[in-house]
Amino acid sequence: MQASLSLPALSPAVPRPSYVVQSALPLPPSKPINLRFCGLRREALGFSPLGRSDSHRVRLSAPSRSATISASSSSGNGSPPKSFDYDLLIIGAGVGGHGAALHAVEKGLKTAIVEGDVVGGTCVNRGCVPSKALLAVSGRIRELQNEHHLKALGLQVSAAGYDRQGVADHANNLATKIRNSLTNSMNSLGVDILTGVGTILGPQKVQIGSSDKVVTAKDIIIATGSVPFVPKGIEVDGKTVITSDHALKLEFVPEWIAIVGSGYIGLEFSDVYTALGSEVTFIEALDQLMPGFDPEIGKLAQRVLINPRKIDYQTGVFASKITPAKDGKPVTIELIDAKTKEPKDTLEVDAALIATGRAPFTQGLGLENIDVATQRGFIPVDERMRVIDANGKLVPHLFCIGDANGKMMLAHAASAQGISVVEQVTGRDHVLNHLSIPAACFTHPEISMVGLTEPQAREKAEKEGFEVSIAKTSFKANTKALAENEGEGLAKLIYRPDNGEILGVHIFGLHAADLIHEASNAIALGTRIQDIKFAVHAHPTLSEVLDELFKSAKVAHVPSPVSEPVAV
Amino acid sequence: MAHLLNTSFIPSSQSLRRNATSSAPPLISGRRSRAQVQAKIREIFMPALSSTMTEGKIVSWVKSEGDKLSKGESVVVVESDKADMDVETFYDGYLASIMVEEGGVAAVGSAIALLAETEDEIAEAKAKAGSSSAAPAAPAAPEPLPEKIPDNVGPAVVPKAAATVAAVASTHPASEGGKRIVASPYAKKLAKDLKVDLGSVVGSGPLGRIVAKDVEAFAAQPTVAAAAETSVGKSATAVAAEAGIQLGSVVPFTTMQGAVSRNMLESLSVPTFRVGYTITTDELDALYKKIKSKGVTMTALLAKATALALVKHPVVNSGCRDGKSFTYNSSINIAVAVAIDGGLITPVLQDADKVDIYTLSRKWKELVDKARAKQLQPHEYNTGTFTVSNLGMFGVDRFDAILPPGTGAIMAVGSSQPTVVATKDGRIGRKNQMQVNVTADHRIIYGADLASFLQTLAKIIEDPKDLTF
Repeated sequence: MQASLSLPALSPAVPRPSYVVQSALPLPPSKPINLRFCGLRREALGFSPLGRSDSHRVRLSAPSRSATISASSSSGNGSPPKSFDYDLLIIGAGVGGHGAALHAVEKGLKTAIVEGDVVGGTCVNRGCVPSKALLAVSGRIRELQNEHHLKALGLQVSAAGYDRQGVADHANNLATKIRNSLTNSMNSLGVDILTGVGTILGPQKVQIGSSDKVVTAKDIIIATGSVPFVPKGIEVDGKTVITSDHALKLEFVPEWIAIVGSGYIGLEFSDVYTALGSEVTFIEALDQLMPGFDPEIGKLAQRVLINPRKIDYQTGVFASKITPAKDGKPVTIELIDAKTKEPKDTLEVDAALIATGRAPFTQGLGLENIDVATQRGFIPVDERMRVIDANGKLVPHLFCIGDANGKMMLAHAASAQGISVVEQVTGRDHVLNHLSIPAACFTHPEISMVGLTEPQAREKAEKEGFEVSIAKTSFKANTKALAENEGEGLAKLIYRPDNGEILGVHIFGLHAADLIHEASNAIALGTRIQDIKFAVHAHPTLSEVLDELFKSAKVAHVPSPVSEPVAV
Repeated sequence: MAHLLNTSFIPSSQSLRRNATSSAPPLISGRRSRAQVQAKIREIFMPALSSTMTEGKIVSWVKSEGDKLSKGESVVVVESDKADMDVETFYDGYLASIMVEEGGVAAVGSAIALLAETEDEIAEAKAKAGSSSAAPAAPAAPEPLPEKIPDNVGPAVVPKAAATVAAVASTHPASEGGKRIVASPYAKKLAKDLKVDLGSVVGSGPLGRIVAKDVEAFAAQPTVAAAAETSVGKSATAVAAEAGIQLGSVVPFTTMQGAVSRNMLESLSVPTFRVGYTITTDELDALYKKIKSKGVTMTALLAKATALALVKHPVVNSGCRDGKSFTYNSSINIAVAVAIDGGLITPVLQDADKVDIYTLSRKWKELVDKARAKQLQPHEYNTGTFTVSNLGMFGVDRFDAILPPGTGAIMAVGSSQPTVVATKDGRIGRKNQMQVNVTADHRIIYGADLASFLQTLAKIIEDPKDLTF
């Protein structure tokens, strides 16, 4: 903030064309100070000069389209400098695009973000954010209805109930609030929000909406995200057969709901629905519930989150046909065996939630204009998020982050990928380590994980020839957890005993989603167990679960820089 | 400071740390089996998961009997004083016999299961498990836990025989004529816990789906009336209770009694009210005397009279299942409470309004015999639409019954007693009179409904000629 105060005085000293020159050059190592002034100057001076030049540019760019294309196609082979409307154009204002935009501004790039729907994308409007509101309610009501638990704490609560509309409003209000703050943060930083569907016309050129407004940008990031995936045979009516999009509006609480898919979306909704009084049937195509979780965590989670609740399940079956409720008939679900495809069973339920994952959303993006073919719907990218075209070649100046590339379909992963891209286009090579990105499932209690699962680690170990060790600690041994009377939980560390490398950490227990970051940061920074075990944790806190976990790992003696405490 | 803060924490965590790394090794040992048996039947012992652990609770068996185990696989989850731990096997083989069931507790070092090396040895291992659990050398035998009691007691009141599903009064329309059972997830869970055969439960949920309260009602039904009446009709249960009760002991509920308890609580959610009526029975008594020789019983007469009255008042024969609607039953099935040892059951006289009194009496005799022999089929005791409870034979002159969940009304019948009454012609006379008291669900049955029903019933009983047609 201090720096920005002194800026107006400095700004005239920075020549206006500087960013044009910079962006056209094949990116020398960034000069952070200079760039920051650039970015902040724009912010401090407001929009009026830009607004004027914008319209001017648009008119100019139209006739010179062919010239632009030829110029930019040659730009892949070391092009002559030329001018663009923006340094960075991001298509899709979800969490990924937002993260990229903020970082781009920080790096001094002139940035615009294109949004064809609402700012905030899936996460804010139809995903993580409203679902957390519902889960906050479900957690509380679960607590208030757990007589045994309350009694053990000496509490007396008379019948707890809920008002469906009130709960739904809470979720909706939260989404609105987050959406507004997201929009405001971009506005205040000077990110142009262009409304309309962004269609790539050619390299470095994007059409906004159906109008003939075309903008050019030196680099383009595709961050169009995903939509709920609905397998064929399933008819979604938005009332009784729904996806997470509809479920988050909580328009009704069915007595019996079938949830197709027992991944984290299904699991979170089962937590919400059972807390609100529904009974749930899981339909899982794989042989085991909660695929994707570490098997041990999955088993414990099943024992805590599924078995004692009003939930039953069918595994190894596909829902081949789902018909919404009509004319007094219930929702009908036809199940077939996942392997033999033989008809297996028919369920009649009050509602069905399709939580079979998410499909990338690339419609109308104009990928054909740049010869990019999607793979299973995803936009192929390399490890630096650079888009790969149908011939296996990199498309210059085009990146794709988030759900649309399918590398890791998590909001914060998209954001991290976006930041990584901005780092690259501002001249600092950066490859994101996806194994350091944590994931969380906000059930009660929560599940969180980072890195490899045990089977994945063992497979890798086999291939690369190293040992894998496992350490576990229980929440039952944690003072804070016991004080909360929430001793159910497990933290599991997968590591290399030879060098102390953390391969994966999985936590199931109270506030697991908040606890994982110590592990994910360690992985991201390459901190080894023998070092992190000396870090001090406040007592009594849940974080001590991880402290115990690191301390219980047995690492062969490796000389370590902080093994001896230094007296100060 | 840090040291001070940590003192309370470290000991437990240290022991836990030890668990994590050293939990399994002492677990399965061939030591004893080598000494005793030639074949490799190994015992799986309760492991010491922490230094302070003396006994462990089996949370769940990951594998079931007969499953093939390979080294390193989790077999059982054990809850120690600190944590739940998966316990792995250190040998390949077959899980031959589980000696401590889920929920059971075993001392550290005692055998909790047997592991056979080959499939052929499973039977042998099972035999061994049988003998060793009886032997004193098996401290593993768990304390009889409450959870286990239902197994031992086996309340014969609930016949576990496979139900004739076709007889279920209302089946789910999509259940292919009753072949397929449509039950909600929680209902299924409860049925498993309460050992209820879903095939014999009548569903009251949307489209006839079986929901949790149906299962609870089913599990409790035979004893609902008993529980309802214990306050007044002690004599009924006292007979059965005299034998085998140890004074000063606390006996946990059987599964059925637990269900009764829940049902009684559930009945509190139904806004009931009561209407009483005094009915002169001189004519009925005379009729009874006349046709008694033909095998007609008073119970059948009362059931018949009630059914005929219900024909004119369908609302009293209805039920309220969801708090939002009337369920008008298509047939009039009179459930009559009968005391049998250990509880009470409510055999149902189906279509009592249509069946003639002689057939009804024969049917009743058959049902009572079956009830005594504990051979009633589910549809013979859980399809009642209106319940009659008669304690008149014990000399009870009036009492109050609790409404069985799912039905609309229950009638408590007292004894018929000679009473001095003023007759219409201004004289004082002696008439036999009995008091009936109907408890009904006021959401669907209102005071006037019951009053007119009772008036009709009184007319029928006071002029009982219709009963024999």
